[in-house]
Amino acid sequence: MIKRILSTSYLGILLIMLYAPILIIIIFSFTEAKVLGNWTGFSLKLYSSIFQGGIHHSLTSALWNTLIIGLIAAAASTVLGTMAAIGIYNLTPKSQKAIQMVNTIPILNPDIITAISLFLLFVSLGISQGYTTVILAHITFCTPYVVLSVLPRLRRMNPNLYEAALDLGATPFLAVRRILLPELKPGMISGFILAFTLSIDDFVVTLFTIGNEGLETLSTYIYADARRGGLTPELRPLSAIIFISVLVLLLVINQRAAKKKL
Amino acid sequence: MVRISDIITINHLSHTFGDKTVLQDINLSIGKGEFVTILGPSGCGKTTLMRLIAGFLKASEGKISIAGQDMTTTPPHLRPVNTVFQKYALFPHLNVFQNIAFGLNLKKLPKEEIQKKVKQVLKIVIMTDYEERDVDSLSGGQQQRVAIARAIINEPEVLLLDEPLAALDHKMRKDMQMEIKAMHKKLNITFVYITHDQEEALTLSDRIVVMSQGVIQQIGTPTEIYNEPKNSFVADFIGESNILNGVMIHDELVEFAGHRFDCVDKGFALNEPVEVVIRPEDIYIFEMSDAAHFSGQVTSSIFKGVHYEMMVTTPEGFEFMIQDYRSFEPGHTVGLRVKPFDIQVMKKERHCNTFKGTIIDKTHVRFLGTNFECSDTKNLANGTTVNVKVEFRNVNLQDNQEDGMLSGVVSFILYKGNHYHLTILTENNEHVFVDSNDVWDDADCVGISISPKNIQIEIL
Repeated sequence: MIKRILSTSYLGILLIMLYAPILIIIIFSFTEAKVLGNWTGFSLKLYSSIFQGGIHHSLTSALWNTLIIGLIAAAASTVLGTMAAIGIYNLTPKSQKAIQMVNTIPILNPDIITAISLFLLFVSLGISQGYTTVILAHITFCTPYVVLSVLPRLRRMNPNLYEAALDLGATPFLAVRRILLPELKPGMISGFILAFTLSIDDFVVTLFTIGNEGLETLSTYIYADARRGGLTPELRPLSAIIFISVLVLLLVINQRAAKKKL
Repeated sequence: MVRISDIITINHLSHTFGDKTVLQDINLSIGKGEFVTILGPSGCGKTTLMRLIAGFLKASEGKISIAGQDMTTTPPHLRPVNTVFQKYALFPHLNVFQNIAFGLNLKKLPKEEIQKKVKQVLKIVIMTDYEERDVDSLSGGQQQRVAIARAIINEPEVLLLDEPLAALDHKMRKDMQMEIKAMHKKLNITFVYITHDQEEALTLSDRIVVMSQGVIQQIGTPTEIYNEPKNSFVADFIGESNILNGVMIHDELVEFAGHRFDCVDKGFALNEPVEVVIRPEDIYIFEMSDAAHFSGQVTSSIFKGVHYEMMVTTPEGFEFMIQDYRSFEPGHTVGLRVKPFDIQVMKKERHCNTFKGTIIDKTHVRFLGTNFECSDTKNLANGTTVNVKVEFRNVNLQDNQEDGMLSGVVSFILYKGNHYHLTILTENNEHVFVDSNDVWDDADCVGISISPKNIQIEIL
């Protein structure tokens, strides 16, 4: 009995510690107070002010930049990563091992090293820093994750499927499009989502490749804002919106996975 | 031999993976509408041969023609060949109808026609009304039927079947065998069937191609293969058999197991060493009497359902496997008799190990990648290329690989009544043949050594 009380309370404390910060932000997004912790009555003013231009224009544009960069980087790395996974799968076991190690290095490499090396690369190539460099940098660190989420799918696939399609008269292109890609789709989707969240989440690499032309993503905006002293109160509703969207996305994905299994 | 009606002709086909030769100089023609089985143990190259015919592999050497056209380098989607894969390889994201219609959809046939044809083939494979089912929800046998339907709907010239029944249970396999045979009769398509199951091959085929170690051992009808095996591998692989060393005294008289027997074989040299095959059901076993050619003592008797399987040892020390519907108790002395017609005499493939070697010095010769001590190098100059001969009996095997002068793996075992004839694959991929009284297992790692006095040098 005591054991059960202890274990449930342990779990409860753990969950509270994990989710309390988010809960607090969500609760305080529904009040107008400038300083976090003051409750000045229920209000939706902060929500409406995010979507008005004017003073908070830079925050919304940072949000848009983040989303656009994330989508482009995720899409590009899904294409590259899937192609790479198919290539790796068709290598001899020995070279597969070698390539897979090369693929894991960028994942294990500290962000700051990736950031500095990409920064130096872009400078030495003379590419002006901005949208392009951020997207290229994000594609670089996202692609290995896509490879990792597509490869297991390929390994579990019946190795004769592609050949069966060729055998039935499909050209190699059609066999890939009609048989291979539908088979890999779940792996590609989870790779895409992973890449998207990694891209949104990234701060270090973005900071080093974003240049000083005034381009801001959410993470660099919040960082600059915090350094100027205090966080804009509008960050509270924004965080709440992002958290809820991610939660919904997660529920949808889990639902899909559960349905597939039935 | 080129017949007008040949659908597949394979000429001097060889294939290598890296430095390993998996197919060596394959020559084969398959007639239109024939049911040909390619039979062999795993690793014999039969799947590689199938993949070359389907076009999934490009041949290292040689030519494949299908339907009168050279297709050696034609990609698989342009060949008039369809394949039924061992693990079905149905498309999991498509239902039964979509799977079967896949080939026709690619040909852009009108929808109504596709629907009609799918209905027809589903009827042939006895799967009517399964169109909308998910392929994952089907049993193994049903998936196999869909795989066959998906292949035959394209009306190929040739249907390749790669061990299609290997994953099914025994009873299901028997039923499917009959259905496949019936389908072949109805469809008038050439079937090329790959299997390692000799019984399946004997049941289904018009002709059987027996393969081993990348080489065709024999091509023939099931009765030819069973009754007149060309060599000891085929005799051993197809059905049960007693294989013994013998000597052809003269035409129609052969000596083995210490006795002389009348036989029907001719055309051998006087006193030529041969191999003799007798099927276990062809030896007559009875209470000792004057009718016996030779006698023996029963050592074991096992009930096998249709017959008893008995081991009988003769006074000369040879062991025979005999199948009969009557049983004789172990310890019983019995009379044995073989009819001339039931003795199959085969040319001996080899009499002695022969290797290419080089003289190293007065007392050493190098062959099999190893320096061997040799008592008589015939005073040949260092570096001379010679033939090295070693009798099967004179190769010694050790349990410990380290104890031998080189190591190898037992790759084939043939029991010859009073000893084992082993094929050893050495570390550098050469074959050494050994006669041994000891029992070894397949895939045993062994050390090989040869005593200096047993290495005979032959000047080229």
